[in-house]
Amino acid sequence: MINLTIDNKPIQVEEGTTILKAAHQNGINIPTLCYFELDGMKFENKPGGCRVCMVEVKGRRNLAPACATDCMEGMEVLTHTPRVINARKTVVELILSDHPNDCLQCEKNGDCELQSLARRLGIKEIPFQGEQSHYNPGQTLSVCRDMDKCVMCRRCETMCNQFQSVGALSAVDRGFNAVVNTAFDQKLLNTSCVDCGQCVQVCPVGALTLVDNISDVQRALADPTKKVIVHTAPAVRVALGEEFGMEPGTIVTGQMAAALRRIGFDYVFDTDWSADLTIMEEGTELLGRLRKVLNGEQATLPIFTSCCPAWVKFYEKNFPDMLEYPSSAKSPQQMFGAAAKNYFAKKVGIKREDMVVVSVMPCLAKKSELAREEFSVDGNRDVDISISTRELAHLMKQFNIDLGDMPEEDFDTPLGESTGAGVIFGATGGVMEAALRTAYELQTKKKLERLDFVDVRGLEGVKCATIDFDGLPVKVAVCYGLANARAMMEEVRNGNPRGFHAIEVMACPGGCIGGAGQPYHHGDSSIIRRRMEAIYREDAGKPIRKSHENPDILTIYKEYYGEPCGHLSHEQLHTHYFDRSDKLEVVSE
Amino acid sequence: MTNYNTHILICGGTGCKSSNSEQIVENFKSLLAQHNMQDEVQVIKTGCFGFCEQGPIVKVMPDNTFYTQVKPEDVQRIVEEHIIKGRKVTELLYTNPETQKHVSDSKHMEFYKKQVRIALRNCGFIDPENIEESIARGGYEALGKCLTEMTPEEVIAVMKASGLRGRGGAGFPTGLKWELCAKNKADQKYVICNADEGDPGAFMDRSILEGDPNSIVEAMAICGYAIGATKGLVYIRAEYPLAIDRLKIAINQAREYGMLGEDIMGTGFNFDIELRYGAGAFVCGEETALIHSMEGKRGEPTLKPPFPAVSGYMGKPSNVNNVETFANVPVIITKGAEWFSSIGTEKSKGTKVFALAGQINNVGLIEVPMGITLREIIYEIGGGIKGGRQFKAVQTGGPSGGCLTTRHLDTPIDYDSLVAAGSMMGSGGMVVMDETSCMPAIAKFYLEFTCEESCGKCTPCRIGNKRLCEILDKITRGEGTMDDLQQLRNLASVIKDTALCGLGQTSPNPVLSTLDNFWDEYVEHVKDKKCRAGVCKKLLSYVIDPEKCIGCGKCAKGCPTDSITRTDYIAPGHKLASMVINSEKCIKCGACLSGCKFGAISVQ
Amino acid sequence: MTKVKSLADLRALREKLSSSLEVREKGEHPEQLVQVRVAMGTCGIAAGAKEVMEHMMQKAHELKIDAVFTQEPCMGYCNLEPTIEICMPGKETVVFGKVDNHRADEILQRYVLQGEMVDGIIPAKQQ
Repeated sequence: MINLTIDNKPIQVEEGTTILKAAHQNGINIPTLCYFELDGMKFENKPGGCRVCMVEVKGRRNLAPACATDCMEGMEVLTHTPRVINARKTVVELILSDHPNDCLQCEKNGDCELQSLARRLGIKEIPFQGEQSHYNPGQTLSVCRDMDKCVMCRRCETMCNQFQSVGALSAVDRGFNAVVNTAFDQKLLNTSCVDCGQCVQVCPVGALTLVDNISDVQRALADPTKKVIVHTAPAVRVALGEEFGMEPGTIVTGQMAAALRRIGFDYVFDTDWSADLTIMEEGTELLGRLRKVLNGEQATLPIFTSCCPAWVKFYEKNFPDMLEYPSSAKSPQQMFGAAAKNYFAKKVGIKREDMVVVSVMPCLAKKSELAREEFSVDGNRDVDISISTRELAHLMKQFNIDLGDMPEEDFDTPLGESTGAGVIFGATGGVMEAALRTAYELQTKKKLERLDFVDVRGLEGVKCATIDFDGLPVKVAVCYGLANARAMMEEVRNGNPRGFHAIEVMACPGGCIGGAGQPYHHGDSSIIRRRMEAIYREDAGKPIRKSHENPDILTIYKEYYGEPCGHLSHEQLHTHYFDRSDKLEVVSE
Repeated sequence: MTNYNTHILICGGTGCKSSNSEQIVENFKSLLAQHNMQDEVQVIKTGCFGFCEQGPIVKVMPDNTFYTQVKPEDVQRIVEEHIIKGRKVTELLYTNPETQKHVSDSKHMEFYKKQVRIALRNCGFIDPENIEESIARGGYEALGKCLTEMTPEEVIAVMKASGLRGRGGAGFPTGLKWELCAKNKADQKYVICNADEGDPGAFMDRSILEGDPNSIVEAMAICGYAIGATKGLVYIRAEYPLAIDRLKIAINQAREYGMLGEDIMGTGFNFDIELRYGAGAFVCGEETALIHSMEGKRGEPTLKPPFPAVSGYMGKPSNVNNVETFANVPVIITKGAEWFSSIGTEKSKGTKVFALAGQINNVGLIEVPMGITLREIIYEIGGGIKGGRQFKAVQTGGPSGGCLTTRHLDTPIDYDSLVAAGSMMGSGGMVVMDETSCMPAIAKFYLEFTCEESCGKCTPCRIGNKRLCEILDKITRGEGTMDDLQQLRNLASVIKDTALCGLGQTSPNPVLSTLDNFWDEYVEHVKDKKCRAGVCKKLLSYVIDPEKCIGCGKCAKGCPTDSITRTDYIAPGHKLASMVINSEKCIKCGACLSGCKFGAISVQ
Repeated sequence: MTKVKSLADLRALREKLSSSLEVREKGEHPEQLVQVRVAMGTCGIAAGAKEVMEHMMQKAHELKIDAVFTQEPCMGYCNLEPTIEICMPGKETVVFGKVDNHRADEILQRYVLQGEMVDGIIPAKQQ
């Protein structure tokens, strides 16, 4: 243990504790900007670049960055001397002097860390005038970049390179012109970017934002010739409340359904339902491959999940030689779209072209997933518009809806009935757990006694478990973060030494609950943790908790698809993957 | 072996090479062959002699004749007169500017008198491309001594006792640095030589590498032995092709002679050196940035700790020293710590190489003992201010240093006294300024450099320096206010207090030191809108004296902006009305001034 | 090229190579050495100064005299060529006239090594 004083208060901390953490542990707050940590999720951005968290250390010539300076025995730290406050203020004034003064129109207005920092430091004017940085704006289908607002915190870069191992963003150029950019100023579309959007989630300011599709939804709602169908992903209901001042982890499923009706959607459905459908297809595919191997036939194992579109794009770009590994099942968003525009359209007698399917997702990659050519029929997409949790909140606010005031209502049928298995898709390990619940019973023909596979739950980046399928040990792994996924892919490419049968991958920290379309968590990982707890609470409260027991799922197979992995489901509920590695080539002059 | 009775040393450093010294070498060789003297007279291309102002330099030994500003066509006279007939070619000898007398011997030149050459001991003396000359001078003996007669701990003890401090700028004790690295156990460690000399105008590292590359090879091997490393890396800027060539030759020859590679001198010690090329980013002289650059990453500094001694190149313990520091190492081993520490001041031992530049008579590279005064350097070694003008300031430490004035002239200079005076040692740039230098403009000049060279990682350096520069620009344009001066001081202090690395922390030094030492000049720019040095164009006004103007109108014809018109005043004795300059339209190009034969136009 | 195998090897090599820098090293501090200045005007050369100088260098080497030889222009005693000026640390400079190989040996052995006066000194008055 190390003894030191902070603001004359004697304290004791473990060796290796930074001044910032030591101060926070003792109730002293030091402002930060570039520093960003997802506690317990192995994500840390600590470049020590913004110089906001500076503190005075007795005996030291200059100020020390609290985020990156370890406590030392006998240290005397002062966190709010006039020298410190002047330095912090000057530093923030400098940042503001090279920042567009357009807070009122900014996407991040009210949710901007620079804005709140400036307010906290009491900055009323910017004493420095001078040149302003200007960069080419750009966007993909998911992410908007306006680097004029970049404060060089490097969070996006660390996220993209270390956590995701995607490597699309990096600091370029020197001095005043330094900025985070793509290599050779390529369009983000032409880079290794997989649209995970985590750069947006971690950006403290409005430099990286989502592509806003609210107006597309409004246009559809206003069109009397269209029937507008909405479905909401599992992770949305445990986070949406935060946008309305509720505690993280508040479950707002019923209020959300009511609000969506108020806004004017014709049908309010649940992506949980198509998550159950996904389990039927993916679980069957897993068992099919497993049985083949058990019978001594050729089959590709392990099977990787394919629900996460960022992950799908990632392996298409990085592992084109391994496209046969992932499940061919579409994601729940796309299964929903296919079922809605084929089965449901027929059932209610609406023409495909007259139906608009809107998905509400915790995700930004879904915006580009729906645009993939293979998910359209004659140019008409299975899912027309995808909006994020944050956009849904904005939409509700435009309608002057306070979610807390809404009554609780149910989803519509038949695409609204779901099980606990569908709900847990929202958290890392959920898809695997849901698949195990179904695959176990289908394979062993026995009733599963304990539904909770706790080994695959929690915020560990990589989790492994062996499940006893009545004498058959089934080895599974679950990971989030594409760097973890890359390591898994490489392990499998090197002969799968640990003998995994199935691997779940989600790109975002903690799975979809930590998705890029969720309310900003600003690095508070307890928010993600509380969303996760809510997911499992919702699961535990469901009367049906296994996908293959969902009555509406059973009905759709009876009425329409026949059987999982059958002919029609292959046509509508499965997809194929493409080698997209060529897109990585940099166009040189 | 041929026994030459005369040696002709010709500077083959980058400076003299650009002034055609290669041709001088060729001419000597062919002329001597014509006279069939190739076996009596040896022609050697050496490294830099330091007296670059007077280059290209040719030195004839053993009579120690120092020829200056030699042109290829002068070679014939030197051979025919001096070499054959023993008559020195007086016109090519150095002329003492005060006495106007020729000085044939470099030992009697003011420029060399007070110099003590340790790091530069072999520069301008040996053929840097021939390891045998280095060995003949005692090269590699220190390495042999370490490997054969000393333990690594003893080597470190000598380095510590010598008091040698890093010559790259910060002055960290070298022995201590080695010790910290030696303490960390690892399967692989690295010795890194920082040859990314980036201070504008500084070229001591280049000169050492060009003039005595073997001393660096030897020192790196010694360091490797001391800290337990078998690999050495030289991070050298790609803009130093000659230094790279000579270093490569030295490394190859050292391998051939068994001074590098496996089982060096039969002691079982292995060590080898590789080169890494830098693209010339100033910040890559900072050791963490340098290491990142070598690893193929963006050249920007990271926070210390961890220090490179713990986690450096490829995460392995690494020791980074600069070229000049290494150059001192072998001599310290052979001559002993006591000898070395007897030179210099209490806390700064040995010598320091400075690149003397600016408005000074003797521009060049000098090596002086620590503790020498600025006055001795400027007025004795440097030969005083050009054109007999008034000394105003001296900038030490490159863009990270500060401007010192007359009141600092008698301060004995070492690491600590320079910092106390508001400047720093830096890598040894020394720019002398006279009354024609405008201090706010000088501060701006240095800030422009740091703005260019900032990596952009931390806010104070990325935006702060830019804003400093903009405020200085405003002041030099005559648009500054007293508030700006206040702002300038506050911002500069905050940058110094908050920047991440040495570059940012020292970048405001030129501003702060000029504010401290030349406050009046800033106030003049702000309040009186005047630049006493006549540098800030926006603050100048060109005026025609109507009494002197004869009204010839030549100035008006030459004026590019038609700012000069005729008045109706005819001065007594003149026939035509005088001219007048419209200061609103005038762009201060100076065409009228240089065109007026009657001295009627002046700058105010 | 043989590799240096030990510190002793290196020292031997240095010893072997040391003569290559002798001319330069001596030129650095001639005042501490026996300075032999040979007049090398046309008259001197014609009288055989060059050969005498070569001979003297050889002899000095044999006698282990630390001397530095330089060429000088004609000293003005064309009738006494070859003329040689010798300057020893702490002693007056002395000029010898009509120096041939034999006299050169004598100068080195007797004047330089033993400090005896030798014939043929051109008196300072005449200078």
